[in-house]
Amino acid sequence: MNERQKSKLVVETCLLAGKIMIENGSEMVRVTDTIDRISHNAGATEARAYVTLTGIIMSATPDMGSQVTAIDKRTFDLEKVSTVNDYSRQFAAKKISLGEFYRCLKRMDKDVKPFPFWLQMIGAFMVSATLEIVFRSNYTDFWAAGFVGMIGWCIYCLTDHYTDIRFLNEFIAAICIGFMSILLIRAGIAKSADDLIIGGLMPLVPGVPITNAVRDTLSGNLVSGPSRGIEAIMSACALGFGVAMAIKILG
Amino acid sequence: MVNVIIFSVCVYFATIGFGLLINLPRKALNMAGIVSLIGWLVFHTVNVHMGGYLSADILGTFTVGILSIFASRYKKMPVIIFNIPALVPLVPGGQAYQVMKCLAIGNYALAKSNLIQVIFIAGGIASGFLFAEFLNQLYLRFKTYIITKKATR
Repeated sequence: MNERQKSKLVVETCLLAGKIMIENGSEMVRVTDTIDRISHNAGATEARAYVTLTGIIMSATPDMGSQVTAIDKRTFDLEKVSTVNDYSRQFAAKKISLGEFYRCLKRMDKDVKPFPFWLQMIGAFMVSATLEIVFRSNYTDFWAAGFVGMIGWCIYCLTDHYTDIRFLNEFIAAICIGFMSILLIRAGIAKSADDLIIGGLMPLVPGVPITNAVRDTLSGNLVSGPSRGIEAIMSACALGFGVAMAIKILG
Repeated sequence: MVNVIIFSVCVYFATIGFGLLINLPRKALNMAGIVSLIGWLVFHTVNVHMGGYLSADILGTFTVGILSIFASRYKKMPVIIFNIPALVPLVPGGQAYQVMKCLAIGNYALAKSNLIQVIFIAGGIASGFLFAEFLNQLYLRFKTYIITKKATR
């Protein structure tokens, strides 16, 4: 492999690793750090990278052109972030070669599976039911809150799967949670609609964007931090407006 | 006291449930639950016994930040894996909901006071993380200082 092919492979590996990390909810400092480490360990000491939330620009040597990758979708899958981190560590310890690293990243989608859907539903049930107790100490509505949260998460996933509009899935899920809670109260199954809605919304809380917004802004990345913040605020507003609409309609 | 024990169990399971939703690595689930539980216990103790939700939130997130740095060193995983689920019991969900509800039913004064609470809690969470990160960097500086001093001697 000559020098040119090698620096091309370095750039491709760095861009793919960075893209996977940003798509799955890593903070920016970690992405920059990983790219620097990979290129340094691969011998490209003059590599430069510019990382933002929507794309990465990188060049391996000053006389070569730089490469760009665009990042369109952002989801939460922290296991992939952790796996890229592991590969980077193994590469630094010379356990895998650069080519193996690249192939591992390429088949990341096949290797790292999310939890099965029924387990996610149980997770949503656990979040809603238990946090309803912690926040409101209302023991009688345990099952109802869990049920509302579970159906809300189900609707969120289904809308996410069949549409491409950002924030629509949060909005529709919030409307459904509001309707369901008020209808459960009307049917006399549960006691307090407020508690049900608070519990039911907890699985949809934008925890990843909030944390990353704070961490990115504190590390001085004034491009990515505020855009994460906007993402978090938009999600929260979508949830809030959905619930407000349900309350307005059903009273 | 019984309430606190029930709440603790609830917080632990809520964290693990949220971990299932954002696909935490399986090895990290238990540790994330423990980090979150200790952070919430600090938050609850300060909130109930010393008064003030703001200092409670700052101290709670500070504990979460410090513990997740330790946990990430121990498990060799990114810090955010332990930060994000541990944040969930501390977010101002109840107040944020009250803001929207009061806006929907037209009670703007109550909405405003709740909104101010939400903003303060968000600031508290941010500053808690800030302090934890600050201590971490101080520690790293100190460590490299000691190492270089030993090497030059």
